[in-house]
Formats: sequence, C-alpha cells, structure tokens
Amino acid sequence: MDELKIYLLIYGTLFGAFGGAAVLVWFERRLLGFWQDRVGPNRVGPFGIGLALADIIKLFAKEDWVPPFADRFVFIFAPTAIVMAMLLGFAVVPYASDLFIIDLNIGLLFFLGMTSLAVYSVLLGGLASNNKYALLGGLRSAAQMISYEVFMGLSLMGVVMISGSFSLVDIVNAQAQHGWFVFSQFLGFIVFFIAAIAESHRLPFDLPEAEHELVAGFHTEYSGMKFGMFMVGEYLGLILISSMITTIFFGGWLGPALLPGIIWFGLKTFLLICFFILLRAAIPRPRYDQLMAFGWKLLLPLTLINLLITGGVLIWLA
Amino acid sequence: MLKAIWSQVVTLYRVFVHLFAPADTVQYPEQMPYLAPRYRGRIILTRDPDGNERCVACNLCAAVCPVDCIALQKTEDESGRWYPEFFRINFSRCILCGLCEEACPTYAIQLTPDFEMCEYDRQNMVYEKEHLLIAGQGKYPGYSFFEVAGKAIKDKDKGEARNEAPPVDIHSLLP
Repeated sequence: MDELKIYLLIYGTLFGAFGGAAVLVWFERRLLGFWQDRVGPNRVGPFGIGLALADIIKLFAKEDWVPPFADRFVFIFAPTAIVMAMLLGFAVVPYASDLFIIDLNIGLLFFLGMTSLAVYSVLLGGLASNNKYALLGGLRSAAQMISYEVFMGLSLMGVVMISGSFSLVDIVNAQAQHGWFVFSQFLGFIVFFIAAIAESHRLPFDLPEAEHELVAGFHTEYSGMKFGMFMVGEYLGLILISSMITTIFFGGWLGPALLPGIIWFGLKTFLLICFFILLRAAIPRPRYDQLMAFGWKLLLPLTLINLLITGGVLIWLA
Repeated sequence: MLKAIWSQVVTLYRVFVHLFAPADTVQYPEQMPYLAPRYRGRIILTRDPDGNERCVACNLCAAVCPVDCIALQKTEDESGRWYPEFFRINFSRCILCGLCEEACPTYAIQLTPDFEMCEYDRQNMVYEKEHLLIAGQGKYPGYSFFEVAGKAIKDKDKGEARNEAPPVDIHSLLP
C-alpha cells in the first residue's frame, strides 16, 4: 500500500510537472498579454488552452537537426541534463504533511545540488554548439552561476538555523510554530527570491538567453524536441523554484483548515508563478556585469548580515 | 539605492494594474477594425454621374505604378470618348501605394477601405475591368471629366464645356 502510494506520487509528479510546464507556456503568454493590454493566444480551444497541445505537437513534428560542427554527444546530452536535474529536484518537495516522495534529511541541500546541476546543461549546450552566440550564452551562464550560487545557499541558512533541520518537511513543521519564514527571514527571502530568478533563468536575469542581444543564447543551434527540452526544463525550473519558495518561506501546505494542504500548496505556488511572470512583464534585463556587481557587492553582504542577525538572535533567545 | 528599488516596486504595481485594463486588441474576424475613408485598400474604377466610365485610358496610372501591376489599352467609342479597351490590375503585385489614385486626372481610379481579397489561386488575383468597375461615383460625386474638359465629343463641341470660353479664331488675331 505504502509502495503504491509512492509510485502514484512519482507518476503524479511527473505528469503534473510536465503538464504544468506545457500549460505554463500558454498561461505565461496569456498573462503577459493581459499585462501588455493585449489578449494573448485565445484561438485554440477554450481560452486558447489548446495552444499547449498544439505547441507540443509542433515541437515533436519539427526537424531535429544536429549541426555538423557541434560536439555531437555533448550536444545531445545537454538538454536532457536540465530536465533530469529539475525532475529530480521535485523528489524532495512536500506537497502536504503526508504527501511527499521522499523526506531526505538533506532535502534542502539535495534541491540546491539539483538546481546547480541544471546549470551544466546550459554550459554544455553553449559549449557544444560551437557557435559564438551559444558560447557567449554559456559564458554568461557560468558568470551568473558563480555570482548567485554562493548566496543562494547562504540565504537559506537562516531558515535552517531556526528550524534546525535540512529536511523540508521539518522546515514546514517549524513554520507551524514560528510563523512563516517570509516574515522572520525577510532578508533571506528577498535574496533567495532574486537568486531563484537567476537560477531558473527567468526574464530579469535571463542573460544566457537574452534574445535581444544573443539571438537565443545557449540554445541558438537547438531545434525540435531538443529545444523543447530546454524549454520544458526552464518551465520545470520555474515550477520547482516556486514550490520551493512556497515550502521554505510561505509555509508549504500550512493554511486555514477549510482547504486540504495540497490545495494551499498549489495555490501559493501558482501565485508565485504569476509573480514570476509579472517580473518578466515589468522589469528590464540588467547588463551582466551589473548582475555580478549586484550579487557580490549587495546581496552577499546582505546574506551575511542576515546570517549574523539570525545567529545572534538565536543565541540570545537560547 | 532605495529609490532604485522603490522604482522597481512601482513598476511592478503599474504593470500589474494593467490586468484590469481593457485590451486594445481588435479581434479581427469577429470585430472589424475601423478603417478611415481614405484607407488604401482594394482599387476600383468609378463612373461619372451619367453612368459612363470615368477612365479615359491616359495610362498615367500604369506609368506611375512602381510595381507595374496596371495594364490597359486605350480605345475610342463612336462619340469620340476615350475609354480603356481592357483594364487589368494584378493584385498579387499591387502594393496599395495609392500613386495611381494621385496620378489619375479624372478621379477614375480610387482606393477603397477594403482589404479582404485573399484567394487560393493566384490567377484570381488578376482583376479585369468588369471586376474593377463599380456602379457609383466613389469619393468625388458629381464630377464628370468630359463635361469640364476641352475635348470635343459628340453633342459637345470645343468651347461648350463648363467654364470654358469659346475657341478663339486665331486668324482673326493676325495684324
């Protein structure tokens, strides 16, 4: 019975994540349309939701071309890496108090590790394409990674200090006692949120892609389903990051008892995804030296201050 | 620094508010966009108030056409009026620039606010005179070229046009 539940959860997560990623392609365009005083894609099916299916069919039917000058093996491997890493990241997300695939005692580290692995996909894709735009995209991705990865992990240490555990279930349970960490760890939340945007290559920090400067950045040479994998990986990353922020800072499944926990979890995640899309609609992209300066000179000190204050307060209370 | 961050927050709010603003989009096949009367769309040939063709086959439109999409041949009826024997516009070439309308000395060729002229067969984009001619007078009602022009036709000799002085016998001016 227990084993069956785990399998059901795994398949549910798989289909949910992929379905969510496919629908997000349509949903994001629709929402962006509303924010730009347009209506967005509304022709295929009710509200245009059939566009998600049409996009999938189109991607599968397209020619999948490997350029002769590319490093063939790495070129094919790169897009799979991002999808694998992001899907593995979903393994530790607790959807409700008794609804999680696995409750690792290093869940937070596992999540950080998996999202960091996804960067390799961008790097390798950019390198293997043997194309100058792709290389520039990969280069920027590397620069971006070393500037935000440091404080992304550090910004969560305050949460770990308060809850005393790396397990995500314990972190949510700790929020039942201490209140949502978005209040007590506000600095940490802000820093993690900004790092999360950079991690998922979302628009204010989508420097590796930057279609206005670098054609399509690291996936310039990709076509067909390989490009689709990058796309799906990006949206999986968006869902994963949103659900992580929900879990760590917004109390995961916690909420008034009138709705079941998983609904609260889904609702919070959905609102966060909408906020990510709002960021895309509103905020312009910084130069990449600006992003690095912002990361090293502002966010890293902020994280350290947050760490210091949290530690001090904890010792004082103890 | 704080000002810059606050500006980003304000930006987010301003963009978010647009969620409640009505869309500017005109959903075309269901809703028609407003087209100004002088919109440059499908080309027509108009008639004068008496119902005769206004076109006098002067070829100015064909000469000015930058893509050479107009072809016509002049001929003359028994009353002395010029008119095109055939008048052909190849709309698969036409760029709807409106230069023909500007060049036309008789207000015959006019552009209309209609752009829905897609065809599955390219040959159908070639419009002959019977497709181009309309029954009415178009944008300049009441204008008839032969009534005001000095060209002699049957039942209207030289000097009989509106606002036209009778022709001067130049031999009477000799010293």
